[in-house]
Amino acid sequence: MHELTLTSEVCKVVAEASKGQRVTAVHLEIGKLSGVYAEAIRFCFELVSAEFPELAGAALHITEPEGRARCRRCEQSFTLHSALEACPCGSFELDWISGRGLIIQAMEVTSCAESAAVRA
Amino acid sequence: MCGICGCSSLSPEPRREPLDLSKPDTTLVRLEARVLGKNERFAMENKKRLQAERILTLNLLSSPGAGKTTLLERTLEALLPTRAVFVIEGDQQGELDAERVRRVGCPVVQINTGSGCHLDAQQVSHGLDALPLVPDSLLFIENVGNLVCPALFDLGEARRVVVASTPEGDDKPRKYPHIFRGADVVLLNKCDLLPYIRFDVERFRSMVREQNPRAEVIECVATQASGIAAWLAWLSQQGADLGRQETRSSSHT
Repeated sequence: MHELTLTSEVCKVVAEASKGQRVTAVHLEIGKLSGVYAEAIRFCFELVSAEFPELAGAALHITEPEGRARCRRCEQSFTLHSALEACPCGSFELDWISGRGLIIQAMEVTSCAESAAVRA
Repeated sequence: MCGICGCSSLSPEPRREPLDLSKPDTTLVRLEARVLGKNERFAMENKKRLQAERILTLNLLSSPGAGKTTLLERTLEALLPTRAVFVIEGDQQGELDAERVRRVGCPVVQINTGSGCHLDAQQVSHGLDALPLVPDSLLFIENVGNLVCPALFDLGEARRVVVASTPEGDDKPRKYPHIFRGADVVLLNKCDLLPYIRFDVERFRSMVREQNPRAEVIECVATQASGIAAWLAWLSQQGADLGRQETRSSSHT
């Protein structure tokens, strides 16, 4: 399950960027054509984030932008909700245009007294 | 992410903005970091290193049991008399595949991924360190058998080779689009079983074309070394193409 590897990577990047401040939330973008299952990331995040003191109890917000594809048969562009979908014309001959992003967009950090505890 | 080159490095001074007035102590810090950024950086390093030595590197991908190692054995038997070839073997556990490659007489390093379901570029960079690589050679990286996870991890290879086998069924390209979309060539192995199973070669070819019109499909039987000539011809073409690209890019500098 590559979601576990990816979640560990997310937590490492965020923990490092937090420089010891307490992280209260992490914002991720997981494109519908990225090949990554957002539910599995949520499941892993609870387990993995517990291992990082900066991330203890942090919330995870995931946005899942739809994919865009262009059909090579009917030449129409349309929205794809998953990598397994066909064009409305029935064709699977699709060029994927967007929706493969896997991005750590932002984190929310708090500078209240708790964060001092993390640093100590 | 950098809007110019798509690089993934965190900006040195992340932009901070107040988030919610009801939470005065909370700040939103924009990161815009690619989740696969670290792997991509290692992959880029591997690629540079391999290109500098003119080592044609191929990432072999398939489900478990499709015949990657057998294909590799036949390929090595054909190439080793005239070419320097190296192998990195990726498996969750054990040295079985590395032993098979060693028996054919090829330098090999085995990487065990443990609980990991794919090779990543950092593991491959350690593999490169462990091999006695020489310039103008070939390197095969046999990935962990899996049609899902390895598709996401660039290893720094020049070409991706997907091995499919007939008992898996002819509909796999539509079920595992990511791996077939990334392929530069698709080898359809175990074609000697076609009389005994339900597998429509034309349906398979058309499903590969749907996902990836540029990937050639080569039918083969690795155990009997049949179809290997077409595969070797494809390989030698890739070497020639890469050589030409390099001549072109060096003539520009």
